[in-house]
Amino acid sequence: MRRAVIAFTAFLGGLIFLLAGPAHAGPADCQGLKGTLKLQGQPVNGAKISVTTEGGQPVQEVTSNAQGIWDVQVDKPGKYKVTLDPGSLPQNSQVRGGNNVRTPTVYEGNCSTVLFALEAKGAAAGADQEATGESSFWAQAAQLAFEGLNLGLIIALGALGLSLIYGTTGLTNFAHGELVTLGAVLAYAFNVGFSIQLIPAAILAVVVAGALGYGQDRFFWGQLRKRGTGTIAMMIISIGVAILLRNLIQFFFGPQTETFTDYNTQAGLQLGPISAAPKNLWAMGIELAVLVVVGLALMKTRTGKAARAVSDNPALAASSGINVDRVIRIIWTGGGAIAALAGVMLGLSQSLKFTMGQDILLLIFAGVTLGGLGTAFGALVGSIVVGVFIQVSTLWVPPELKSVGALVVLIVVLLFRPQGILGRRERIG
Amino acid sequence: MDWLTIFTTTVHAAIGWETVVYGLAAIGVNIHFGYTGLLNFGQAAFMAVAGYGLAVTVTVLNLPFWVGIFVGLGAAVLLALLMGIPTLQLRADYLAIVTIAAAEIIRLIFRSVQFKGVFGGSDGRRGFNGDFYAMNPYPEGRYGIGPIVFDERTLWLLTVGWIVVLLACGLVYLLMKSPWGRVLKAIREDEDAVRALGKNVFAYKMQSLVLGGVVGCFGGFFYGLYNGAVQPDVFGTEMTFFAYTIVILGGAARVFGPVVGAMIFWVLFVFIGNLLAELVANGYIPFMTSIQVGPIRYALVGLGFILLLIVRPQGIFGDKREIAIDAR
Repeated sequence: MRRAVIAFTAFLGGLIFLLAGPAHAGPADCQGLKGTLKLQGQPVNGAKISVTTEGGQPVQEVTSNAQGIWDVQVDKPGKYKVTLDPGSLPQNSQVRGGNNVRTPTVYEGNCSTVLFALEAKGAAAGADQEATGESSFWAQAAQLAFEGLNLGLIIALGALGLSLIYGTTGLTNFAHGELVTLGAVLAYAFNVGFSIQLIPAAILAVVVAGALGYGQDRFFWGQLRKRGTGTIAMMIISIGVAILLRNLIQFFFGPQTETFTDYNTQAGLQLGPISAAPKNLWAMGIELAVLVVVGLALMKTRTGKAARAVSDNPALAASSGINVDRVIRIIWTGGGAIAALAGVMLGLSQSLKFTMGQDILLLIFAGVTLGGLGTAFGALVGSIVVGVFIQVSTLWVPPELKSVGALVVLIVVLLFRPQGILGRRERIG
Repeated sequence: MDWLTIFTTTVHAAIGWETVVYGLAAIGVNIHFGYTGLLNFGQAAFMAVAGYGLAVTVTVLNLPFWVGIFVGLGAAVLLALLMGIPTLQLRADYLAIVTIAAAEIIRLIFRSVQFKGVFGGSDGRRGFNGDFYAMNPYPEGRYGIGPIVFDERTLWLLTVGWIVVLLACGLVYLLMKSPWGRVLKAIREDEDAVRALGKNVFAYKMQSLVLGGVVGCFGGFFYGLYNGAVQPDVFGTEMTFFAYTIVILGGAARVFGPVVGAMIFWVLFVFIGNLLAELVANGYIPFMTSIQVGPIRYALVGLGFILLLIVRPQGIFGDKREIAIDAR
């Protein structure tokens, strides 16, 4: 009974703590139509959109803003006609499929999203033309493999932290995806909230996330380990942590999708069959550098060797004079920081949303499982394979189902080689 | 402050459709996790295939209601077999990862544009509960005591729902008293010892997964029947997580634990949500908008879940020795 009282008090304490946080005004309830116009991932500014009722009575004309967002509020629910003026689009672009009229339905008290998929004019014609030839298939495959490598490196950053934490503490951390989101959202807060340029903002975010990773182990997971909480119990608790963090992030960040203020519009470079924005090349370079540095640190430094010793056998490591708690704390700090970096990179190459970490978490798991749970280098190999597989599979699979393919592969791997590519047999039993 | 509304919606929640739906999901999770020690994090997938099985059979194939129920049940059994074969011989965290992945696969397929003709994309399917309400014996009207009133449709759903909940509880009680149930509990405690006694652990685990999935899938039926629609995003990981919270709150490995857990959970969830919404609407919490009440409510569930597992993992009625979370 006393414990129940403590639990309830803690619950109420948490409530007050949460409510004391600073405010962030979310969008108000709405009834109408909205949408975001994007061309190759970049927002389209100044496109004209006119909304009329089904009968043709004009309601409103709007233009998209700098984020490519447009929004029309209507008084009555019902069917509406939305027309996008193709002349107001950037010169080199067009609506995919050529149809620039949509007839969505507005429900009471609800905002319906209207989609206009935009594409580059030349590209579409070129693709149609090339689709007949053999070369275009390979060009497309090369482009997708490149994008997949980019995604794979981001997954690898997340997987590295997850795998190291698993190796040293035995915790399968379902809240790792939220550490990824946290990094992106922190960078967004510094970038947009405090108007800091993205690169210093990202560095700040990574540092803060590393500190939070340290704090998480010092004040939460470390304490649980001391109490003798089992690894399965900790895994279930981590799901609670994920729900808590995800919704706190949503509380502050809101449910919408955002982008950083820097590096949004960059002209693509043509490298052979691949076109890439310079930011993607830089991002991949940084990701690769971080992965190599962490890998070398694990192999060469005293702490790295200690970390590997702890993941081999914590008791033996402790008895040979390694401070296991210190090693675990370093791993948590590093893991949190690397996950945050993954979040920034993900936000840079796609966009920011409070579910971004949740969405990538299963891909991280797929990468980790494929490589072998608990092996740092297996995680790298597995993640890159998963990333490339996901993107290249869009040659045959509709893009919205691309993650499904990766998750099916995850299950198939477990059927035939449950220890993964570089894993050891004893870990699975 | 509209205290009457807060009070009536809270009381409604204690015996309402949410409690039926999540109570059934939690009874299923209790069979998996509480009795057998299986970490199935894809309970939402069982509910989704059942709800969609019914919906698609009735609306797309134009077959009768009862055929839809059988399709839903069949789909749940099939899903359990598909999820169990690759994972039940592996360690607990692999089962957790695979079940969560399978639930995501199913949600993504249900919401994809590719299969919009069958599953209806992100709008889902609606209009399949006519036959169910045609069986309603209650004449039109409003039934209740004082401010707590249900219309005849809700009353019919709740009658059937609570009968199914009680039947499921009775089934769990009888099965867990039987030799079969004792093997399940033994698997939870020590799998290797059971194997040494010559039992086929894999088969028992599979039967447990199927049984829990089938019980949980009734939650999917009632969700669809009450709302008159199924949408893919309803069956996300949050739904499974709520079911776990309910099981642990009520007490794992207890027959009525999930039912009591569901009642307490929904009373608290609805009460806190309404209270916060009213406080915000009346300007007592100036820094929060009404749209932020939703996330806070979920965050509090997460926080409560963490504290519950740390401070009182056996929940309200559970026995600490019967919790599988510290084993292995």
